[in-house]
Amino acid sequence: MSLVASLEDVGQLDTYLVGGKGASLGELVTPGLPIPRGFVVTTNAFRLVAAQFDRAGSIAERVAGLSAEDHEAVEAVTAPIRRRIEETPLPAALRDEVVAGYHALVGEGTEQDTGVAVRSSATGEDSLDASFAGVQDTFLWVRGADAVLSKVRACWASLYSVESVCYRRQLAIPEGAAAMAVVVQRMVDARSSGVMFTRSPSSGDRSLVAVESAWGLGSAVVSGEVTPDSFLVSKVTGEIVRRQLSVKHRRHVPNSARDGVVDEEVPAGLQEAPSLSDEELGRLLDLARAVEGHYGRAQDVEWAIANGPPPREHLFLLQSRPETAWSRQDAGAIATAKPRAFDHVIEVLGGR
Amino acid sequence: MPSEQTRGPFPLPSEITDVPGAEGWASMYPYFTRFRPEDDQRFWFYNSMHFPEPVPAFDAITSEIPYTAIGANTARVFVFPTTLGIEHRIVNGRVYITANPVSDPEEIQRRLELFQRRAGHYYANWDELYAGWKERIRDLIGELEEIEVPELGEVDDEQVVTEARGFASNHLVRERYHRCIDLFSKMWHYHTEFLMLGYGAYVVFFEFLHKAFPEIPDQAVARMVAGIDVIMYRPDEELKRLAKLAVDLGVDDLFPEDANPAEVFATLEERGEGGKKWAAEYQASSIPWFYVSTGDGFYHHHRSWLDNPAVPFAALTGYVQRVRDGEDLRRPTAQLQEEREQVAQRYRALLSSDDERAAFDQMLGLCRLVFPYVEDHKFYCEHWFTTQFFAKIREFGGLLQRFGVLDDVEDVFQLQHYEVDQALADVMLAWAAGAPPVGAGHLKPLVAERKRMLEVLSTWSAPPALGPEPEALNDPAVKMLWGITAETIKSWAQSPESSEGEVRGFAASPGVVEGTARVLMSVNDIGQIEAGEILVCPVTAPSWGPVFGKIGAAVSDIGGIMSHAAIVAREYGMPAVVGTGTATQRIKTGDRLRVDGNEGVVTILS
Repeated sequence: MSLVASLEDVGQLDTYLVGGKGASLGELVTPGLPIPRGFVVTTNAFRLVAAQFDRAGSIAERVAGLSAEDHEAVEAVTAPIRRRIEETPLPAALRDEVVAGYHALVGEGTEQDTGVAVRSSATGEDSLDASFAGVQDTFLWVRGADAVLSKVRACWASLYSVESVCYRRQLAIPEGAAAMAVVVQRMVDARSSGVMFTRSPSSGDRSLVAVESAWGLGSAVVSGEVTPDSFLVSKVTGEIVRRQLSVKHRRHVPNSARDGVVDEEVPAGLQEAPSLSDEELGRLLDLARAVEGHYGRAQDVEWAIANGPPPREHLFLLQSRPETAWSRQDAGAIATAKPRAFDHVIEVLGGR
Repeated sequence: MPSEQTRGPFPLPSEITDVPGAEGWASMYPYFTRFRPEDDQRFWFYNSMHFPEPVPAFDAITSEIPYTAIGANTARVFVFPTTLGIEHRIVNGRVYITANPVSDPEEIQRRLELFQRRAGHYYANWDELYAGWKERIRDLIGELEEIEVPELGEVDDEQVVTEARGFASNHLVRERYHRCIDLFSKMWHYHTEFLMLGYGAYVVFFEFLHKAFPEIPDQAVARMVAGIDVIMYRPDEELKRLAKLAVDLGVDDLFPEDANPAEVFATLEERGEGGKKWAAEYQASSIPWFYVSTGDGFYHHHRSWLDNPAVPFAALTGYVQRVRDGEDLRRPTAQLQEEREQVAQRYRALLSSDDERAAFDQMLGLCRLVFPYVEDHKFYCEHWFTTQFFAKIREFGGLLQRFGVLDDVEDVFQLQHYEVDQALADVMLAWAAGAPPVGAGHLKPLVAERKRMLEVLSTWSAPPALGPEPEALNDPAVKMLWGITAETIKSWAQSPESSEGEVRGFAASPGVVEGTARVLMSVNDIGQIEAGEILVCPVTAPSWGPVFGKIGAAVSDIGGIMSHAAIVAREYGMPAVVGTGTATQRIKTGDRLRVDGNEGVVTILS
C-alpha cells in the first residue's frame, strides 16, 4: 500500500488515492506539460494516521450531523479534531518516506532551491461539480524536512477547518468519503504569476484566452489582494485583443531565509510596468491550447514564470481545473446544416 | 412606417435651417429631394460614407440613380420580404437616406415566396450568372467609351450628305448625352444586381460567428471572408511592377520623392530603349488599371489615376526606393491564403458540435461564392465606368465651353443633369440658328453662385441623423441597406465633447503606434505625405492603399473594417482606426498622435 506516490505515476483516475489536485497535476505530467516536479502523500497515509486520531471511527458521523449555518457548533466539534491531527505521532514508515521524498525532490537543486510547496488535495475536490478553489490550505516556500512534515499535518487538519466542513455540508458531500492527500512540489521562484481562463470569463467566447498576471507569487492574485494586469488573447490569431495594465502595489515573495512568504511593496519602477511580455503571453497561449486540447474542454489555469536563468525564464503550470461557469450554460447548436447553403440567407433575410 | 412621433436625440428635418450665405442651395437639386413636413415622422441619417462633402448639382445624379436602382432591386425584383427600398433627401447639400421596411406579417409572407424563388435562382446559378455579368459590364463600358461628342464645326461633315444620313450632327448631341445618362443608369442597376444577395451571405456568416464567439473582433471575420487576389489590388500591383521595372531598366533615378509626372515622361523620351520601354509599360498598365478613381465613384472631382498621375506617382516613388533597398514588393498571396485558411479552420474547430461545423462550412462556402462579385464589381462600376462617365460629361462641358455658355469645362458639373440637357438644347439651337447661345448670360452667374455656395456649405457640420429613432433596426436586411446598427446610432447620439483629446472609431487593424499627423482632405494631395507619418483622411477609398507602405498608421472619418483600405492596412501590419466621424476636423497636421488599432482609439498627445 503506497503512502507516497510520484506525480509522474498518477492521473485523472487516481482521485481516491491522491485527491483532486494530485490527480489533476499527475494528469498534466503525461502530455509533457511544465509541472514542477513533486510527490503526493496519499490518502492511504491519511487513513493510516486517522486510525490514530479517530480510534472510534466516529468523526465522520459527528461531522455529517453538523449544519453549514451553525458555525459555532462546527467550530466546537472540529477544533479538537484539528488539535488531535496536529499532535498524533506519525508512523515511522510514513515519516521516512515523506522525508526521503522531500530530499529527492530538492536534493538536485542549489542552496537557493530547497523550498517546496505543500498543497492540500482532498478527495471530491476540483471535480466538475464543485471547485473548492482556495478553501483548503496551501503552504509556499516550505524548507526543511521538519517544516514539510508540519505542513503536511496542517493540510490534513484543514480537512476539518470550519470553512471546509461548511462547504462540504452545503454541497452535501458524504463525510465518509472525505479524505486528504497532500502534494509536495518544488517551489517556483516566481517573477510573475497569475491565472488563465481558456475561454472568455465575461462572455464564454471559446476563441479567447483571458490572462491575469501580477508580480511575484500567484497567491496575491488568487486572494484578490492585487489588481492584476489583464489580457485577452485570440486563440486563433494570437493577437492581443485587449490589454489593461494596472498599478501593482504589492507582491508575495519568499522571505530572506527563503522558508516562508512575505508581502512586500512592489518597487516603483515595476508598479506600472507590464508583468508579462508579449512573448510570454504567446507562450501562455500555447500552454492554454495544449491543456485545453488534452482535456477537450475549457480550463481554469494557474501559472508562474520563474526568475532566471537567462535566456528564457521558465513557464510553469501550477494547476488546471475545468472551467465551470460557462460550461454549465452551454446550450444546443446555434445553427445546423440546411438542404442548400443559401437557405441560411433566405431564413435570415426572410423575416423572423 | 413608424407613425408615432417620439422625440429622440436628433433634430427634426423641419428644424434644419439653410446655412447662412447659401440660402439658395435648393435650386441645385430636383424638387423630389426636398424634405417635406411629413418627413419629420421618419428617421433619416446622413450618408457620410458615400457623400462626405456637399454634392455639386450634377453629382446629385450619383444619389438619384443608385437609389433608383438599389430600391428596385430590393423592393421589386428580388422582393426582399422585410424591406422595400431607400428614400433620399438633400439638405444644405448633404444626402440623407431612410429605408422603408415591410411590417405587415401577411405581406412579408407573400413576399417571402417570391424571394425564395428569385433569390434562390441567383444563388443556385451564381457563378454562371456572374460570368455573364462580367461580359455585360465590359460591353457597357465599351459602349460608353465609344460615345463621341459631336464637333459642331462651321459646317457639318460631308458624309452626312454622301451617306444620306438624314439628320444633322446637332441631333447627336442630345442623343449621345442621353445615352451617357442611360448607360450610367444601367451601370447602377448592374452594380446592385447581386449586391444585397452578396451582403446577405456576409451578414449571415457574421451573425453566426458573433453568436458562437460573442467577443470575436469584426476584423477576424473580415479576414476569413475577404478575397486575397481580387481586382481592387491590381492597380497597386501594377505600380509595384513598374517600380521594379524602373530599377531593372536603370531609370529609377527619375523617381525621387517629389517626381513630377510630366517631367518624368519627358525625360524618359531621352533615355533610349530603357526609357521608351518603361513609358510603354506604364501605358499598358494604365488601361484599364489606372481607371481607378481617387474616390468611391460619387464625385466628379475624384479623378482617375489616368487623369491625375500625381496620385500613382506618389506611391510609385516610394516603391522605387523600397526596390532599391532590396525589398520584394510582391504580396505573399500564397502565405495570405494559408493564413486565411488557418484562421477559418481554427474558428471552425472551436465550435461546439459537428452540427455547427456543418453550418459553418455552408455559410463560409457561400461567402466564398459571392466575394468575387462583392469586391470586384466596384472596379468595373465605381471606378472604370464612373471615371469614364464623368470624362464624357466633361467633353460635353467642353462643347458648352467652346460655345461660350460656360467659362470652364468643369463648370458643367455645377448644372443638374436636367439643366445640362437644356444647355445643350441651347447650343443645338444656336448652331442651327447661326446665333450665339442664349445661355451664357444666364448660366455663367448661376455657375459662379453655385460654386460659392458649395464652399459655404462645406463648413456645415451635418447632424449624423434626423428625426425620431427608428423601430425596425433589428432586421438584418434593413441594417444591410442602411449599413448601420443600433450601436452606431447610440454613438452618434452621444455628446461630441465626451472625450477631450480622444477620437474614437472602429478598430480596423491592430497595433499601437505614435507619430505625427498628416491631415489630407483629398487624395490629390497624397504627394505631401512623408514616411512614418500618420495619415488622417476623410475616407479610406482604395486609392489610398498604395501609400500604406510609407505611413505609420491610418485614421479616417468614414469607412468600415471590411473596406479595402482596412484589409490592406492589416496586410501591412499597420494600425488603422476608421469611421471616427470627426478625425479630420479635430486633428491638425503636425499633431502628435497615438493610434490604437486594437481599441479603435486615437489620442491627441500634443
